[in-house]
Amino acid sequence: MAAAAETVARPRRRRSGLSERRLAALMIAPSIAVILLVAAYPIGYAIWLSLHQYSLIHAGLSRWSGFANYSDALWGNHSSDFWNAFRTTFVFTAISVALELAIGLAMALAMHQAFRGRAVLRATVLVPWAILTVVTAMTWKTIFDPDLGFANTMLRALHLPGGHVVWLGQSGYALAVLIFADVWKTAPFMALLLLAGLQVIPEDVYDAAKVDGATTWQRFRLITLPLLTPAILVALIFRTLDALRVFDLPYVLTQGTNGTTTLSLEAQQVLVNNGIIGLGSALSVLTFVTVMIVSFLYIRFVGGNIRALAEDR
Amino acid sequence: MSVTAVGARATPAPRVAERRHPPRIGKSVLLWLGVLLIMVFCLFPFYWLINTSLKTGADLSTANAFPPHPTLDNYSSIFKNDDFVKALKNSAIISFTTTLIALVFGSFAAYALARLRVPMKFLLLAVILSITTFPPIAIAAPVFKLWTDIGLYNSYLGLILPDLTFTLPLTIYILTSFFREIPRELEEAALVDGASYFQSYYKIVLPLAAPGLVTAGLLAFIFVWNEFLFAITLTSSANHRPVPAAIAFFTGSSQFEIPLGTISAASVVVTVPLIVLVLIFQKRIVAGLTAGAVKG
Repeated sequence: MAAAAETVARPRRRRSGLSERRLAALMIAPSIAVILLVAAYPIGYAIWLSLHQYSLIHAGLSRWSGFANYSDALWGNHSSDFWNAFRTTFVFTAISVALELAIGLAMALAMHQAFRGRAVLRATVLVPWAILTVVTAMTWKTIFDPDLGFANTMLRALHLPGGHVVWLGQSGYALAVLIFADVWKTAPFMALLLLAGLQVIPEDVYDAAKVDGATTWQRFRLITLPLLTPAILVALIFRTLDALRVFDLPYVLTQGTNGTTTLSLEAQQVLVNNGIIGLGSALSVLTFVTVMIVSFLYIRFVGGNIRALAEDR
Repeated sequence: MSVTAVGARATPAPRVAERRHPPRIGKSVLLWLGVLLIMVFCLFPFYWLINTSLKTGADLSTANAFPPHPTLDNYSSIFKNDDFVKALKNSAIISFTTTLIALVFGSFAAYALARLRVPMKFLLLAVILSITTFPPIAIAAPVFKLWTDIGLYNSYLGLILPDLTFTLPLTIYILTSFFREIPRELEEAALVDGASYFQSYYKIVLPLAAPGLVTAGLLAFIFVWNEFLFAITLTSSANHRPVPAAIAFFTGSSQFEIPLGTISAASVVVTVPLIVLVLIFQKRIVAGLTAGAVKG
């Protein structure tokens, strides 16, 4: 089979240029070089930096400090900031991903229905995804402005409670706005992932269930949900990975005030605003490790896809 | 055999042929309500942004649903703002260059991974996909120190390189899956006729994979256009600062008055081209987005 084809093609290939192996190496080399330079090297360097203490007075002066930065972050002077950021990140992730799943699933089910104008709906849900995250944050900041924002003006006009709340100025509310903005931006994306999962469920399974008298709810619970579970799990892990890295939204909405500092924001502020390179790097490495644990789950889960891509044909 | 009906929702078993009939009124009203809700949910904030961008002066301190005195003043002022025009130029240069490098290098690697014998292919693809999940801060922190040491801080190259951390692996992964979809027979004919693998790559696979290149290119471009953490961490002046950073720093420019109208106009200007692109290439983008996420 494949081996036979190889032997037929081989003499020709020798005459016309490089061997398959050398060509493959040459074609992959530039990407490997770039990846080593921009991914592997920085991570290695971050670990190296995190094991040092840097002088704030004399630029370039540093000394080996072992795990001092890590103990500082995990149980030392900086631990309350670190664990607050850690908790904020996980609360943000858990609530926003759960809401995104619920809203995304509802949207996907609507988009899956056959009706005139379905194409318009599918295009519309891409709009939040296409808007720059910074712009998203700015827009919600404007809408939740305590005096002039649309949210409070509406609440006051309708005589509903909350019309005078300073949304971004109180902890709890600030995190809620952060979550809301994230859900708005990414629930449609979740919907698209789930829609892709819905589209591969064969129609005749539903027809058979209808013949057997299953109700809409039964069809959803007993057919759609189980068959959609793999797609739901991938979408959940995928979104969790994104939510754990969140940076732009809190940076623009609150600058991390009122309990909205996430892991990435904390590390960035220690590093850039305070110029503490050692601790900032340690915080970055801790963020990296946290995200990579979830990433490992993700890779395990889509391993079948990767294996299919890697398989020699 | 019939499934036990649940409560009031019980319906008599419909015949299969009924599926083609229009849905009942109640259901379709519910569906249209849902659709309307989704549309408003998705579009309202963008509408609000446009609304704000058309207001000036005292109108900005009202939450009117329509601008009382619509004006394009904010738009003309934004294009007279040097920092913003510079930021547009910077973003264009950085996004195009990064996308081009990612496509050239990425399509080479993807061809080898999709078509040629490469040792440890599974491991390579797994590593490549996992790089796209790195938190950018873990790259930004060491690069911030490195760039300040070697003088790449505040430069185009200083942003293009870290942007490649995410765009190159993404491009490789998407293109590998696209290249594998191209029937091998087309290439085999050429190989038997004496073409080299490299000739078959650029004469046969690349033209056929044009939709994949568009998908990967668009996603890479959008990623870089949107990128914020590197943009603010690795630049400190307007000379090399791309659009998202410039928009975020508009607020800081005057302490007492937030130039809301101008920010909104700037936001609309940088968002509309993206929305247009996304709507034109809707199908390709969705295909690309789901490439790494759908479990096969």
